[in-house]
Amino acid sequence: MIEQLLNGLALGMVYALIAVGYSLVFGVLRLVNFSHGSVYAFGAHMALFFVGLQFGVIPAIVFSIILTGILDILIDKFSLAPLRKKKSKGIAALITTIGIAYIIQNLLMIFFGSQTKPFPAIFDYGYVTVLGISIKSTQLFILVVSLILLAILTYVVKFTKIGLSMRAVEQNQKAASLMGINVNSVIRFTFFLGGASAAIAGSLISGYYQVVYPNMGFLAGLKAFSAAVLGGIGVLYGSIVGGLVVGVSESYAAALLGGSYRDAVAFIILIIVLLFKPTGLFGKKDITKV
Amino acid sequence: MAKKLALKNNTIVDWISKLRNYYYAHKKVFFIALAVLIVLTPYISPSQYILRIIIMVGIYTILALALGLVTGYTGQVSLGHASFYAIGAYTSALLSTHFGLNFFITVPISAIVAAIGGLLLGLPTLRLSGTYLAIATLGFCEVVRMILLNWQSVTNGPLGVSKIPRPSIFGYELTLANNGLYYLMIVLLILTTACMIAIVRSKMGRALKAIREDELAATMMGIKTTYYKVLAFVISAFFSGLAGAFYAHLIRYIDPNTFVFDTSIMILSIVILGGMGTINGMFLGSALLVSFPEVLRFLQEYRFVVYGIVLVMMMRFRPQGIMGGQKKSNYQFPSGTIMNRNTTQTKFSLSQENSVEGGV
Repeated sequence: MIEQLLNGLALGMVYALIAVGYSLVFGVLRLVNFSHGSVYAFGAHMALFFVGLQFGVIPAIVFSIILTGILDILIDKFSLAPLRKKKSKGIAALITTIGIAYIIQNLLMIFFGSQTKPFPAIFDYGYVTVLGISIKSTQLFILVVSLILLAILTYVVKFTKIGLSMRAVEQNQKAASLMGINVNSVIRFTFFLGGASAAIAGSLISGYYQVVYPNMGFLAGLKAFSAAVLGGIGVLYGSIVGGLVVGVSESYAAALLGGSYRDAVAFIILIIVLLFKPTGLFGKKDITKV
Repeated sequence: MAKKLALKNNTIVDWISKLRNYYYAHKKVFFIALAVLIVLTPYISPSQYILRIIIMVGIYTILALALGLVTGYTGQVSLGHASFYAIGAYTSALLSTHFGLNFFITVPISAIVAAIGGLLLGLPTLRLSGTYLAIATLGFCEVVRMILLNWQSVTNGPLGVSKIPRPSIFGYELTLANNGLYYLMIVLLILTTACMIAIVRSKMGRALKAIREDELAATMMGIKTTYYKVLAFVISAFFSGLAGAFYAHLIRYIDPNTFVFDTSIMILSIVILGGMGTINGMFLGSALLVSFPEVLRFLQEYRFVVYGIVLVMMMRFRPQGIMGGQKKSNYQFPSGTIMNRNTTQTKFSLSQENSVEGGV
């Protein structure tokens, strides 16, 4: 049982990392970035690619983080920024991100093949005993790394200047730009953060399961989105709590109900949350003004 | 360079409007020619393979018309229409294989079951706005697929249902070879199109458009927005189920892999490419997107990439779709109003390019 809990926590932290990407972008743009799942798969594949070039695992992940961040910036620059300029309706941006998810996922399939590929284990030293409980070192690694990263992200958003401008854009774009904030560059930075955290999540989860495949982003992205909605989309710590809840309940469902139902848990959580409290656990109520 | 381009563009627009005027002048002739063409298609088509593709185009047109009611006319994005398609297909397949029921009995039942599915999804979730709704429908689609995969005693799990009987009328079996399936598709398609046109032109259609343009304003005008949204969803699910049932009897073998997210996206791409809030756009969109992988065999691998590019480019440059955008006729007031007399004169004024009908 405790093993399942740890499993779930490690998984949940990764979901939280992806969910943060949804949350950040939703915060500034009020847009669910459907391409996020495929960006996560892209990050994992880039890490695999650089590992294949004999860079060593850690530099490969760093390269992948940078590249994925840049990819996310490019997505914004070439597909979403023009829509913002034209003041298109939200649905147009939503469909655009679905299209981009499709493009990325299928290009990955063409260039890397659709089969599952092995990925080297990161930080695998067998089992570690902490306080009388033996933990897989990879799980511990995921937990620690994602905790640190989430702390850094929270710090960036709460205590730095760029974080301040992000929050300003979140509250009111027009007012923020009147105050001399370059809204577009803030949005681009947000996308970079989202992409980078997705790449880290992708590398961590591929190091944990030791497989990579182009469709990995679809389910993971949806589950992370459920996590983000559960915690209240747009709220950072909400994403972390949501991610942990989804991860833990998923691993318990896999243990109790069998593996075939594990993927359904996140959706059931999602639908229940949407029915009873669409704003999520910690979300603020959005008031529509006329 | 730019001037030259603009000039060229202008002549094309002129040409199109001339063609359109010609079409309006000889509408009856065109309709008769079209009807003759539709009836004769199976005899003209060089092989069964082509006929099969045409039938698939018909199925996707029905699906797109169904989704068009929700996404095009009501402005609610659904990413879960593959689930209604699946419910229809499985209901009809299981009823006909287990109980030996005739196609014409199973089709209405499966469409109704799909409609109930639409109600189940629609009632609770349509209180949600755009993005949340899209995600909820997506989640619903995945849950349906998981049920199909895991409820092995009924659905036969990943192996799917096979040996589905062909539709038959009084013992006369309709097949591809005797063109029966083709004509059946045409009948279903005409039925769906007629229903959609009737709905769109009715009070309900106006309510849906009002919801699409501004939901808050529609509420203020006394339109029961939730009621109409759920109703649109149910009707849409009904016709998707119809298409699914026909598909099951056409292919005679179904498995959960046919009804994945890709299918939902394909239907959505058709709606967007054809033009949201149009009827004829759905025909064009599905003809283009369904035949596309068959025509461009060498692009097979890139098929889904192209779908993605279609979505992105359409949103960027022509969000109203190919057929959307240009109003074909002025809005006709319902009979009995004073305005009615004035509009008949301006009915054929076709040059209003800016009156966007299929706004996104």
